[in-house]
Amino acid sequence: MPAAILSREHAEGDSAARGFRGVDVVQERVSVHRADPEVTTRLAVLRLIVVATVVLGLNYMVWRWFFSLNWGAWWIALPLVAAETYSLIDVSLFGLTMWRARPRPRPPVAPAGLTVDVFITTYNEPVDLVIETATAARAIRYPHRTWILDDGDRPEMSEAATSLGVGYITRGADWLDRPLHAKAGNLNNALLATDGEFLLILDADQVPLPQILDETLGYFGDESVALVQTPQIFGNVTPGDPLGSQAGLFYGPIQQGKDGWNAAFFCGSNALLRREALMQLGIAGYVAEVERAVLTALRGARRVLAKAARSAPRDNDVVLGALAEVASAVETARLEVAALKPLSSVTYALQRRIEEISRGMVAIDIHLLARDLDALREMGGDDEVEWDVLMDMESTVETLASRELSPLGAFESVQTLLRSIDVDRAEEAQPLMPLATISVTEDMATSMRLHDMGWRSVYHSGLLAVGLAPEDLGTMLKQRLRWAQGTMQVFLKENPLRQRGMTIAQRLMYFSTMWSYLSGFAALIYFAAPIVFLCFGILPVNTTAWEFFLRFVPFMALNQLLFVFAGRGIPTWRGQQYSLALFPVWIRATVSAAANVYFKRPLGFVVTPKTRQEGGPNWRLITPQVCVAVALVIAAVIGTTRLVLGVGEPIGTAVNLGWVVFDLIVLSVLVPAVLYRGFQPKEVSG
Amino acid sequence: MEFTSGEIADGIAVVRPTGRLNMVSAGRLRELITSTVAGGRSRVVVDLTGVEFIDSSGLGALISGLKTARQAGGDLRIAAPNEQVSLVLRLTNMDRVLPVYASAETAYGNG
Repeated sequence: MPAAILSREHAEGDSAARGFRGVDVVQERVSVHRADPEVTTRLAVLRLIVVATVVLGLNYMVWRWFFSLNWGAWWIALPLVAAETYSLIDVSLFGLTMWRARPRPRPPVAPAGLTVDVFITTYNEPVDLVIETATAARAIRYPHRTWILDDGDRPEMSEAATSLGVGYITRGADWLDRPLHAKAGNLNNALLATDGEFLLILDADQVPLPQILDETLGYFGDESVALVQTPQIFGNVTPGDPLGSQAGLFYGPIQQGKDGWNAAFFCGSNALLRREALMQLGIAGYVAEVERAVLTALRGARRVLAKAARSAPRDNDVVLGALAEVASAVETARLEVAALKPLSSVTYALQRRIEEISRGMVAIDIHLLARDLDALREMGGDDEVEWDVLMDMESTVETLASRELSPLGAFESVQTLLRSIDVDRAEEAQPLMPLATISVTEDMATSMRLHDMGWRSVYHSGLLAVGLAPEDLGTMLKQRLRWAQGTMQVFLKENPLRQRGMTIAQRLMYFSTMWSYLSGFAALIYFAAPIVFLCFGILPVNTTAWEFFLRFVPFMALNQLLFVFAGRGIPTWRGQQYSLALFPVWIRATVSAAANVYFKRPLGFVVTPKTRQEGGPNWRLITPQVCVAVALVIAAVIGTTRLVLGVGEPIGTAVNLGWVVFDLIVLSVLVPAVLYRGFQPKEVSG
Repeated sequence: MEFTSGEIADGIAVVRPTGRLNMVSAGRLRELITSTVAGGRSRVVVDLTGVEFIDSSGLGALISGLKTARQAGGDLRIAAPNEQVSLVLRLTNMDRVLPVYASAETAYGNG
């Protein structure tokens, strides 16, 4: 793990302090295990519930797969059992997360003299809103510098920053005509323009409290800590939280549980990062990317050269000779790369050789052109042109044109490709991209890479910043879509299960979050199954009611108990409702992310607006859910009718009617959400 | 951290940082290389003899310098790192990209 070695290396020159800090680290880790007895008892009970839930779940699923599957209706039976298996894996991963969910002890006091840059990222948020955050950031007690990172490049934002006395950073000329990489690019640009040891990252609408640095910098006394994430809590949410903005379960037990496995995620804002860790990511990424690009281009060049040689005229020794020379230079480069000769030397030598060959080619080309023109002039001088001579002339012109187009054209495309075999990452604005640019949610990808390098992360559960949540359903849906798309992009591009630098538990913590976004497909099946039964009398489960309830009810009851107990009084039901009710969002996110990763299709990415969108309730945002609700109600009516007519089976109908009611309750979460008119602060009287 | 710069031979520039090449001094090294290349000398050697310590930001400055020099048709080479610097180059796999030369004078061969 280079990270740990390197960071120890960096304490160099101060060995006494290093040894001292080393002792601190050990003591701190011991104290985690010396937590108070109440927490320990709680955790023991929680683990018992987890084990019981998983055991009962397995009992139910084994019975479902092997003893109750209605193969006669496999087209609905198989999807349903698959969806149920999905849910069991989901709850098992949740159980694993909860296994180590406990609050951390208070961190050591922040030592004096650290250098900190506070970054406020903005794109199109109102200047007033950004300035409110910047004013609060400037007032943070621990000495620091505050910067506004304005991707909107707005003069009025720049003026406001200057008059407030905070720094202002915007993209330079290097970013013109190159990929901007959204927020990750904005932060990467600012990283190279500043030099603090630590960075506090704030979204434009996250107003920090003055003690935010005092309460968090102490964690970095452990030199292997790269990230401290604090909660994102919103100040503009009405009681009842119709849009489900407060992620109390996530910014609580879930992050604490991930933290227990050293897998607390970076969530984009309200987080502190160690510059050295990010720069190491940047260096490692640069080396890996350059190596990959050079190897790919060398292989590609061989193919392009072979094609060019095939299409070159057989009688043109000059072109064929030049192509052969280039091919030999490429082959030399390829062998040198394989022999681990430094890429900078290999590419430098190759570029010089190509330049030489090009110069030779141009000279010969001019010579050939002159010769052909001479030949044409001779023929043009003859007034009585005979038919076969005209044919000859046509063929000469044709040959000349094709010579211009085919071998030299190919050679030039070869040359363009060869020029790209370099170590400067010319396609990017800067060679170092410390924050991951593989996803629209740069945060998760970045912390995964940090963990993979051996760095540690911390989740600090105390409230240290107050943010703004979306105030209408449309904005909220866009935000959720973006998170889901970003997460699925990371999953498809850098599957956490394959990251060898992480422990199995760390991989599962990342996988767990990605897995949960597949719930859209399961939800669709959970809505379809009762409709199929009530309308057609087809039961996917082949059993008696008693056998079914005996296995299903204990599992379901413990499942709910697990959520209630793990939530420690935090309401979790709304979250469960949304995870099913937003099924079209999750499906769209998964499909568009796959299309993006495999077929390079754009995501239709949108920046989350921080201000409310105007207009009345917009039911069209939830058309699929309204259709599902209508279908459920119609199915219930049909099922009841079938029962009354004596066609339907009584117990099956009762169970499926109950299921329909459950589905409708789940979907009902969207009604207040559509009608929500935004946050109205209470007026303070007298 | 101090910087001196000069010219070895026929348009080859040498930059000599001394002290700790870290997040504080990395920006200045980057600027120095940029201005050297802009001044028409795109073949640069960074002589690391005087560098006691380098961190990832220092390496980042070398990479930025390499890009600047390459885009101007030149090159950036590094010479004479101490043990700590060599170790960091190895641990970060930077030795896969940048070769280390024994001295600034020999970085571009003898001519």
